[in-house]
Amino acid sequence: MLMFILRRVFQTIPVIIGVTFVVFFIMQLVPGDPAVLLAGEGASKETIEAIREQLGLNQPLYIQYFEYLTNVFRGDLGVSLKNSQPVLDEILVRLPITIELAFFSIIITIVLGMAAGIISAVKPYSLTDVSVMLVALLGISLPSFWFGLMLMYFFSVKLQVLPVAGWDSLLHVILPAVTLGAGGAAIVARMTRSSILEVIRQDYIRTARAKGLRERIIIYKHALRNALIPVITVVGLQFGALLGGTVLVESIFAINGLGRMIVDAIRMRDLPMVQGGVLFASLIFVTVNLFVDVFYRFFNKRIELN
Amino acid sequence: MNKKNKLILEVKGLKTHFTTKRGVSKAVDGIDFTLHKGETLGIVGESGCGKSMTSLSILRLIPSPPGKIAGGSVLFKGKDLVTMTEDEMRKIRGNEISMIFQEPMTSLNPVIPVGEQIAEALRLHQKMGKKAAWEKSVEMLKLVGIPSPEKRAKQEPFQLSGGMRQRVMIAMALACTPEVLIADEPTTALDVTIQAQILELIKELQTKIGMGVIMITHDLGVVAETCDKVAVMYAGNIVEHASTEQLFANPKHPYTQGLLNSLPKIHEDQDELITIDGSVPSPYNMPAGCRFASRCPYREDICITHQPNLINQSDGVKVRCWKYTDEWTGNRDKEGVI
Repeated sequence: MLMFILRRVFQTIPVIIGVTFVVFFIMQLVPGDPAVLLAGEGASKETIEAIREQLGLNQPLYIQYFEYLTNVFRGDLGVSLKNSQPVLDEILVRLPITIELAFFSIIITIVLGMAAGIISAVKPYSLTDVSVMLVALLGISLPSFWFGLMLMYFFSVKLQVLPVAGWDSLLHVILPAVTLGAGGAAIVARMTRSSILEVIRQDYIRTARAKGLRERIIIYKHALRNALIPVITVVGLQFGALLGGTVLVESIFAINGLGRMIVDAIRMRDLPMVQGGVLFASLIFVTVNLFVDVFYRFFNKRIELN
Repeated sequence: MNKKNKLILEVKGLKTHFTTKRGVSKAVDGIDFTLHKGETLGIVGESGCGKSMTSLSILRLIPSPPGKIAGGSVLFKGKDLVTMTEDEMRKIRGNEISMIFQEPMTSLNPVIPVGEQIAEALRLHQKMGKKAAWEKSVEMLKLVGIPSPEKRAKQEPFQLSGGMRQRVMIAMALACTPEVLIADEPTTALDVTIQAQILELIKELQTKIGMGVIMITHDLGVVAETCDKVAVMYAGNIVEHASTEQLFANPKHPYTQGLLNSLPKIHEDQDELITIDGSVPSPYNMPAGCRFASRCPYREDICITHQPNLINQSDGVKVRCWKYTDEWTGNRDKEGVI
């Protein structure tokens, strides 16, 4: 198991290097010259040229990239073109907020999704099942920006039980986390249900019944462990979607997280800031996938890493 | 075997029906048999004749819906399993009546160590502690001939071969020393050499525990090897019920005769294997008369219009065929007719 984890960690290194490569070159393809933007309107050619020189923008691309890469490994993500502050400092302020939001959202996705899926699967085609699945279908279909606004309207404006926006206390977490987690919860619920229904038809479930076990034990011990294997994959993938979702949700609820930072930076053509933000978002995703793989292995020992 | 032994299982008029969009499929359509302590009953027949459904019905493991026990009774030590509550039934499953399934590759839970899969039944039925149940499950693995059982108990099914998995299944079924063991094609998925070992093992454990065994198979070799008496099933009915010696020496029902005829013979020069012409009627649309009539070489008018009952013969054999009744008007000079 330890060897498995170590090998899996080493495998992430080329992925991370690949991410820096993609992040760097995609930004080169974006139209607009950061030097012009930085110099401001009406700046002279000399000024722009001087800025280029200063930022190394006149160097060949591959040299720029290798400089960028070595700096990244030294923990230097450059300075913001907007306010000349180190990008890393800004990210380290924003990152915990986004991680907190993502953490609570994924908890909602997992707990709500699996619970709903199990409730549905225990009595398939019953009224409970149909209702739960209908709600899940709604959950998948509703766009998060609309759903977030509706939640805000009911709980903050009408009922006034939860804060409208901002990020001060645990109460502030609830609405954004629900907004962000609901779609995933719906997908996980449907996946859990179909996976359990699939597993429940297997021969080994019949064996468990023939042993005289209670239905509860058959579901939770014999069926669920097998049924959860595909669900874990979905949760892992869902986490990627969730990171994308933070951009929207942070904007709606005025949360100063990583997502909002990236949006602002893109608008400002703040190249180092965008690169840094995307790099960190990717790192989170790679890390989560690492955890998913380790969990996978824990649930299903047949998986070997080749 | 000897009728002096205690009667433990009595199946009377058992019917199991499946309701689907195509109609009602009468998978098991009124069958009767008995099982005594220490006795082995073989149930033979081709695929789809209802033999597996019979065994699942005894333990009430029919997938429901669409399946349902539509009638009859299963008396286990005098109590009817068909009308029992689910809670009472659970106390019998895996404890007093156990089952071994056909597919050792898929019948064990792939993510639970095999020792635990045996131990959980012991904890449940024998109220054993965690440690005692584990030790007993290791002991059971040893009993069924698995080498280094302490190590194997901790392994998961994918680390075991097919033969070993079937041994685990047997260990699981016998852990609580049941009074009845239902073995549903226990050797079909295994190599011939392993088959013999498994059958030998079941027999040996049967003598040790003294349980009654219902051996479900389509393999007449297995029947000859292990069974005291045999029920031949065809299209949801028992068509012949006899002791193993009687069945092989003097098969009465034309279907049984056909089955035995179709066995390849070692000492004769045979170019082609003999088959029974025709095919089994659809379970959704059973004929009014004898279900074997369309394939029967002795068919008469009465066979097509009326279904025969299971008729007692003087030698104790029961057979479902008009040929053995007073109504039979056919040509009495034909070979094989009384």
